[in-house]
Amino acid sequence: MARHWWKALAILLLLYVIIAGFTIEIPIIGTNGQSSRGLFFHVPMWLCMYTMFTISVVNSLRFLSGYDLKKDVYASTAARVGILFGVLGFATGSLWATYTWGGTLTSDPKQMCTAIALLIYMAYLVLRLSIHDMDKRARISAVFNIFAFALLIPLTYIIPKMVDSLHPGSATTPGFSEKDTDHKMMMVLYPAFIGWILLSVWIYTLAVRYKKLELKNIFK
Amino acid sequence: MKKNNPIQQTLTLVKKDLLLEMRQQYAFYGVLLYIVSTVFVINLMMGKPEDKLWNALFWVVQLFVAVNAVAKSFMQESKGRLLYFYSLVHPRYFIAAKLIYNIILMVVMSLIALGASIMLLGNPITNPGYFVSVVLLGGVSLSLLFTMLAAIAAQANHSAALMAIMGFPLILPILMLLSNISVSAFLTVFQPDLPRMFWLLGGLDFLVIALSLILFPFLWKD
Repeated sequence: MARHWWKALAILLLLYVIIAGFTIEIPIIGTNGQSSRGLFFHVPMWLCMYTMFTISVVNSLRFLSGYDLKKDVYASTAARVGILFGVLGFATGSLWATYTWGGTLTSDPKQMCTAIALLIYMAYLVLRLSIHDMDKRARISAVFNIFAFALLIPLTYIIPKMVDSLHPGSATTPGFSEKDTDHKMMMVLYPAFIGWILLSVWIYTLAVRYKKLELKNIFK
Repeated sequence: MKKNNPIQQTLTLVKKDLLLEMRQQYAFYGVLLYIVSTVFVINLMMGKPEDKLWNALFWVVQLFVAVNAVAKSFMQESKGRLLYFYSLVHPRYFIAAKLIYNIILMVVMSLIALGASIMLLGNPITNPGYFVSVVLLGGVSLSLLFTMLAAIAAQANHSAALMAIMGFPLILPILMLLSNISVSAFLTVFQPDLPRMFWLLGGLDFLVIALSLILFPFLWKD
């Protein structure tokens, strides 16, 4: 039971985030109104996505250094869970954009860049499906994964910072932090980061265990 | 001259690729015809497009030319021949040779595409020297990225469709940068972070070269 304390923590933190996230008093920032509450659900999704993609690329590197097929299972599962959180982040962001930017799919660079990032990882999954030999699939997709991750950093981190975006916190649009003077939003946001990341790791471990059961003839 | 130093080996491989290209001219003329007919189709459909559209269409043509020209650099190698090379040279020199060869190929193709576009779609360029250098830089960037992707696709059953699936999302940021940079060749626009975009493009190219040299040996371990 001692090993599972972090799962209980994840549930408690998420319960707190959901209840407090919808009920605490938040500062009204510009035209955002109550839609700022999306922050507690939207921003953590990206952190989960990056956590998963980092786990994925680290396991790809470990695979290439030792050719252990288990590492490939870790890498592909993490990529899949990462895409799930990426899609959720995109969906929560688009929902917010519908009411504040006036369009679900705008040509805002941040939205476009994340859509491209998701496409890159979907290409990774398609690449995996197209190769039938397991060892070869593991090797080639590990190479592509490292290649994609290296290009993902400039794409989602450097380019959106350079161009002007409507997204809060970019070049000319102020973020939420300076308006949140009594740090009420921070009190929910930081637990939300931890809670959602723990949940993503939990989902990831479950998916890995399922995958290992599927392939139990190979991993003896 | 020593025969087995790395630069010599790489250059020999480049020379071999160029020689093959000279002898089997059908591939070169195939891509040439591809460029001209693509541009001609655009001309038939919309005549002479305006500046912004011209720029966008030109980069789309470049993208498809790059996919077609670079993809075949690995597909024309038969399995037996690849095995032969594997026994002769280190994979790093092999991918270096392919990168150099594809850069040469794409530079030529880019200039041809530029010529065809100017002839058939009109010439809205006000700053030709600048635009030509951006086109050459773009050709190099596209060829570098697609060389590595062609190497990956060649391992996965030589599927050209797969290359498009993998390549388009990865190439999009580079293409967006290029089309943003090249806008200055048509209009006098205020672009305060133009130098930064050049640096970013150069940095991405450097990153792709480094990753190709590091990762290709893993691809080749059959």
